[in-house]
Amino acid sequence: MIWAVALAIGMVITAGTYLALSRDLLRCLIGLAVLGNGINLLLFTAGRLGSRVPPIIVEQETILQNAANALPQALVLTAIVISFALLCFSLVLAVRLVQVAGSDDVTTLRSAEPPATDAVKPALEDGP
Amino acid sequence: MILAILPLLVPLTTALLCVITQSSARVQRVISVCGSFVLLVSAMALLWQVSVEDTVTLTAGNWPLPFGIEFTADRLGSALVLIAAIMVTITVLWQASDADIAPSTPGLHPLLHGLTAGAGAAFLAADLFNLYVWFEVALICSLGLLVQGGTLRQLDAALKYFAMNLVGTLLLLTAVALLYAATGQLNFTAIGEAAARLETPLMLPLIGLLVLAFLIKAAAFPFFAWLPASYHTLPGPVLALFSALLSKIGICALIRTLGGTFQPAPELLFTMLGWIALLSMLTGVLGAAYHWDMRRILAFHSISQVGYMLLAIALASRAGNAAAIFFALHHSLVKAGLFLAAALIYRQTGHYDLRRIGGLYAAKPFLATLFLLFALSLVGIPPLSGFWGKYLIVRESLVQGEYLWAGVALFVGALTFYSMLKIWLEAFWKPHPDQSWQPPVATRLTPAYASVGVLAFLTLWMGLFPEKIVVFVTNAANSLHGVSP
Repeated sequence: MIWAVALAIGMVITAGTYLALSRDLLRCLIGLAVLGNGINLLLFTAGRLGSRVPPIIVEQETILQNAANALPQALVLTAIVISFALLCFSLVLAVRLVQVAGSDDVTTLRSAEPPATDAVKPALEDGP
Repeated sequence: MILAILPLLVPLTTALLCVITQSSARVQRVISVCGSFVLLVSAMALLWQVSVEDTVTLTAGNWPLPFGIEFTADRLGSALVLIAAIMVTITVLWQASDADIAPSTPGLHPLLHGLTAGAGAAFLAADLFNLYVWFEVALICSLGLLVQGGTLRQLDAALKYFAMNLVGTLLLLTAVALLYAATGQLNFTAIGEAAARLETPLMLPLIGLLVLAFLIKAAAFPFFAWLPASYHTLPGPVLALFSALLSKIGICALIRTLGGTFQPAPELLFTMLGWIALLSMLTGVLGAAYHWDMRRILAFHSISQVGYMLLAIALASRAGNAAAIFFALHHSLVKAGLFLAAALIYRQTGHYDLRRIGGLYAAKPFLATLFLLFALSLVGIPPLSGFWGKYLIVRESLVQGEYLWAGVALFVGALTFYSMLKIWLEAFWKPHPDQSWQPPVATRLTPAYASVGVLAFLTLWMGLFPEKIVVFVTNAANSLHGVSP
């Protein structure tokens, strides 16, 4: 079981990395989101797989018997919320950037760091 | 004790109140100023309490360790929290002047306080996952601050900042997951105890991954690309807050993990960290030598100065960690002061580019003196704070027989001097390229000068009376190592 999950996580992370290296802005961001989901799965698996027993102590018992680990589930929920917020922000940012810049090719988005025109002195920029 | 999470609760409350009152700029500003002063007082109280009791701890819900979520204020964390409180107060007060404060959007004050909350909580978190969460809070707020202006350059910068930093936080999350799988713990103390029982071949990649994530956050070579891509698009005062807080979160986490939790960490890590430190120092200072925009020059110097802190951590001794903490405190104040001085120069001349300005020494001698103070402190000229920071690092390298590392640190100091000299000669000494240029008459700069003055006083004080601070940082490094001071 754990090997199948490990393989699946590996595939998700590979797909995410491949997309994140794309020149297309939207694919790049979706790749980062997929990569984040792969790592969320990894976090989930960190707490052992196997048991489906809820972590509730039954009557007349004092310890948990063979229950699922609840902590990674709580962690992964937090991580999902954070990565979802970041994905939303990045998509809005990308749409606005494509509108203003008129291109979604990340290699042409160089306005913050224009390519050097002179080997000795950087180009003069206008305004702040 | 509630004091340990006040540096988190106060800015979060202030941020929320600023969001509620965003329809009235005046009310928002009053709340923002009050909130930063309350934070300043609680940070001072925390520091005083820590110097008496060694650590102040709060465990959520009184759960026994290692199950409870813990916030521990030690000397390292509370000193950095005080720096954060000073910096946010200065940035907020600066908004009352008219030096490079555009765009003054309703989102500015909530995001400033949100960034402070994220950084403050990350300095105090004693739990690996909690540390990740506060890293993300600081990341989201800094992204918000980057896009406030909405110009093409700022959006482009925000995208690059986002992509690089997201990779960093994903690596951090991976390291958290793998460390949890290997040790079953998240609390720093418990992880350290469990990790000591594990084999080195297992621990080396896990701690290495964690260190890699922190290095991306701290903008070290070769992961610094996000910093020079984004910093120069920000207004000066916000930039001062960024430079004082963001890379320090990564440095603080590195000192805490390598100098405390995981000691003795594998030897190989420290050797690699040392070479990364050397390359950060050199690439940072050479990048600065190429540029002519003051914000870009100072941003590249941040990378070079992060290299000094990493070098001190790589020395892997208590004296090295103490030097790293001293340097982090010094660098936060001085680099922020330089960015604020650059914002004042921008107000007088209208440009950050050194080729378009000049003649300021004749027009504004007081500003020139202030700038020179910060510049010489960054270079490390006695009796300013930078001298003691570099002295502690170089002395510890020589004690350990790392002559190459000490030599590079001194050489980079000389290159830093060149770069500061460039700003001085171009902005202050040479005549203005436009003969008819006059400094603006109607300016509102008293709050701005007061803010820079406070920072200048602090760096002078740290330089003239360093004994107290050296004792403090030595105690801080000792208590991280588990030795009672």
